[in-house]
Amino acid sequence: MKKTSDFEFNDLQGLLRFGYGGLTDTCFMLLDVVNVDMAREWLSTAPISSGIKASSLPDTAMQIAFSKEGLSALEISKTIIDGFSDEFIYGMVRSDNCSRRLGDVGHNAPKSWKWGNNAVPHVLLLLYAKQGGIDAWRKTVEDELFKKAFRLIRLLPTTDTGGNRMEPFGFEDGISQPTIDWALRQGTDPHERDRYSNLLAAGEMVLGYKNEYGQYTERPLIDPAKDPLAEHLPNAEDDPTLKDFARNGTYLILRELGQDVPGFWQFLDKVSDSEPNKREKLAAFMVGRERDGTPLIAEHIPGVSRKDHGNNFTYDLDANGVHCPISAHVRRANPRTGDLPSGVTGFISQLIRILGFGQKNHDADLVASSRFHRILRRGRSYGPTLSPEEAIQPDAPIAERGLQFICLAANISRQFEFVQNSWIINSKFGGLQQESDPLLGDREPLLSGENTDQFNHLDSLGAKQKVCHLPNFVTVHGGGYFFMPGLRALKYISSLTTKGSHNES
Amino acid sequence: MTPQSTFMIVATVSVGQLKKLRDLLGAMNKIPGHADPENALIPFCKFDQLHFARFVIIEANTAHEIREFGVNPRPWRPALAFLGDVDGDMHAFLADLVNNAEPGLKAIFSHCEDFSEENLDMLQWLQAHDIRPNANYVNWLGRTVKQIREEVILHQTLSRYLQEIAHDVDWEDIRTVRQKLLSHVEMEKHKGRLTLSLPEPTSREWKIRNLFHLLGVPLILLILSPLLLIALPFFALRLRMLERSDPELFIRPSYEHVKVLSVQEDWDVSNQYSVFGDVKPGLFRLLTFKFILMLTNYFARHVYNRGFLARIKTIHFARWVFMDNNHRVFFASNYDGSHESYMDDFINKVGWGLNLTFSNAVGYPTTTWMIKEGAQREHAFKYTQRRHQIPTEVWYKAYPGLTAVDLARNSRIRQGIEIRQENDAEIREWLRLI
Ligand code: HEM
Repeated sequence: MKKTSDFEFNDLQGLLRFGYGGLTDTCFMLLDVVNVDMAREWLSTAPISSGIKASSLPDTAMQIAFSKEGLSALEISKTIIDGFSDEFIYGMVRSDNCSRRLGDVGHNAPKSWKWGNNAVPHVLLLLYAKQGGIDAWRKTVEDELFKKAFRLIRLLPTTDTGGNRMEPFGFEDGISQPTIDWALRQGTDPHERDRYSNLLAAGEMVLGYKNEYGQYTERPLIDPAKDPLAEHLPNAEDDPTLKDFARNGTYLILRELGQDVPGFWQFLDKVSDSEPNKREKLAAFMVGRERDGTPLIAEHIPGVSRKDHGNNFTYDLDANGVHCPISAHVRRANPRTGDLPSGVTGFISQLIRILGFGQKNHDADLVASSRFHRILRRGRSYGPTLSPEEAIQPDAPIAERGLQFICLAANISRQFEFVQNSWIINSKFGGLQQESDPLLGDREPLLSGENTDQFNHLDSLGAKQKVCHLPNFVTVHGGGYFFMPGLRALKYISSLTTKGSHNES
Repeated sequence: MTPQSTFMIVATVSVGQLKKLRDLLGAMNKIPGHADPENALIPFCKFDQLHFARFVIIEANTAHEIREFGVNPRPWRPALAFLGDVDGDMHAFLADLVNNAEPGLKAIFSHCEDFSEENLDMLQWLQAHDIRPNANYVNWLGRTVKQIREEVILHQTLSRYLQEIAHDVDWEDIRTVRQKLLSHVEMEKHKGRLTLSLPEPTSREWKIRNLFHLLGVPLILLILSPLLLIALPFFALRLRMLERSDPELFIRPSYEHVKVLSVQEDWDVSNQYSVFGDVKPGLFRLLTFKFILMLTNYFARHVYNRGFLARIKTIHFARWVFMDNNHRVFFASNYDGSHESYMDDFINKVGWGLNLTFSNAVGYPTTTWMIKEGAQREHAFKYTQRRHQIPTEVWYKAYPGLTAVDLARNSRIRQGIEIRQENDAEIREWLRLI
């Protein structure tokens, strides 16, 4: 049996393992490479934090990721770049089809984004520091060499969290995350896990390892005979004659999401007849948790410690969404479904379910198995806090507020894009009608004219309560796909030389 | 009940006509790949019995892959296929089609070989070019377009009315709420704004044929079972040998190809899907393929005709068709959701079924015992299905915005009007559907 400590954490960027919650202050920069040699030189000594657990909280941390444009600017060979997925190569705004699926239409359309719609910046640099320490850390990082090597394209707004995990609407965030199977112990046989489990194959989050299908996700592999520089890269586990450029790396998905906090609470207040309790209840229904993070459902599930009250539940016993509406944000974003609909007790009942029978509920089994569609969220909020009580005032102070949504995943299409499309934006999710994610929906009607701007929940008698004409609460301001390399791959990137003797002979 | 039937008219495109044909078909569209229902050539919306239709130009883009088996590709000339799913007899539909759209049909099929306008009987020509599927799937046997449309109006009527009265009714007294709704339905019917037609009587002929099929297939299998039993070990041996030796093709589809396909996708809640490829060489694969499709057809016809195909509830219609003298196979479906979620269903919900059929096709990822692995080799599977997918020139769906689950729910709402619920809990459940 393997141990968690066997994992190559020293080659992993720390963000895959930690959220750096203790480092409350952040500075997220989008950069372009302006001088390749200097950029490489800077990269070769940049203190990128690894996944090794330090004995005490560090004062600062730094993480780095590159867009495809960035890898090209750093003269990574086309053969390597072609080994990445289409989503990464062609990007988040690669086609109208992609925008339709991600809900980047109407007011979210890329044409009104602040960045990422024309050219994706080369580098995403994430700086973390303890409270009050970010300015000094940024100064240290931005030395003379750095300034010559890179140009700042955009400073993504962030705000010191002050140690609390409240997102701008006022909800506790970052409670539920997949537990990564660093020890690589868990079997990955499909149909082996009828029920939901929070434990996830490392290959779902880190490239170069087996994913939930027991397979290795597509990624660039290098023949070391043709590229001597690759010698120091890790071997590809599925083909030891090749070097794995992406091992211990992953994709980083970034979306800048503006949140209309007064708009959110004023709308809720209006439809709740200005009754604070009703308003709170409705807000909790929309998110799927109370503001302090308390789930709307209590139950024990495997893979989650009994002590983790915030995550000890599935929706199996709440098929109709009496306790937590089916459309609630967290229920859409992670429906906590297993491989088979509930009720499997043995071989026969399993077989019956595989064949599509034995379902108690007409709307049973409409949602995909969750383990193939998990993401690791690492976002940070920005903007001044505004309590619901303040937000409902007609003169509530307007300010830029929102979330720098960051998530990590080894397969952009199957994880992030699937969750965003089939679960969050889809107005037919789980058999629903006319409703998209209450927080994130784009509210655009379907081609047939059918609305998608409702939110339905059940009252205590089980009667459906409709809230109609939800306005937009969230607006996409920009986004892009990045590759967050392992540390040896970073070394490879920084040790290339322009004349290119490293490359295919 | 009015059973559904299908047609698939196929004709080879004349030399030099491909581009012109493509442009002509493209002009029928409103948005990429999606027919304008009122287009001048074939105004699909005029045909009340038509569920889905598509024009697809079948090209063998992946024909070279069979070389991996040491076999030379057979020649294939691009062929135009016009396929659709209709209520009632497909011959009656074709006659109706010719009556209403003969000039359009002629304009289109004049780009094909074997078509001359002189003394042409269009209906006969269509019938002569129709090919039958080896397996066919209908999401809900007997649910007509007319019924679907009536039930949509019923749902909308009830939903609007419920919203109107929501604040004035006493939700504790659920029976009165139901009574109000029922009276409203009666009112609307009376005013002629709502119709709930009774199903047509099922034709005797169809019933008898269906019964013969229902009993005949198991009977023949039973008679053959001693033979099949003897053959089984040899079958298993041969199967495992082939599974070990068949080459697995791990070829990523070009992004250009993916782009052509995806421009047409995700405009509505449903999408179309057509794939075309080679049957693996050898009699063993062909017979296995045919046998499995025969079973698929049997189960689709008699078991999976009530809203689900094994665990999948998102497919409206699907068909498997052998072409080119059994050397090639064509699969077409109409499904709800995105392509990625369709593939997710294929892999995670019915991977075993997909493996049983398509493991006999060139390029399919390696299976073990025909049901294991295969689709679960995620990338190999996703690559191969995308590579073999061909774009659709024109696609028509009679009820945009509605998923198969929506249709089933609307039917249940209607059932609740016709059959009184027994207790309050059932009434509440019914009300939740609205
Ligand atoms: C401004 C936009 C957003 C807001 C305000 C927001 C808010 C929240 C909140 C309050 C939670 C509950 C805390 C928790 O369970 O950890 C949550 C959970 C979650 N959100 Fe979001 N979110 C936003 C955007 C997104 C997006 C774009 C995605 C993915 C595409 C996403 C995916 C998730 C997931 C996967 C969970 C965890 C669900 C679970 O495992 O139970 N969120 N979000």
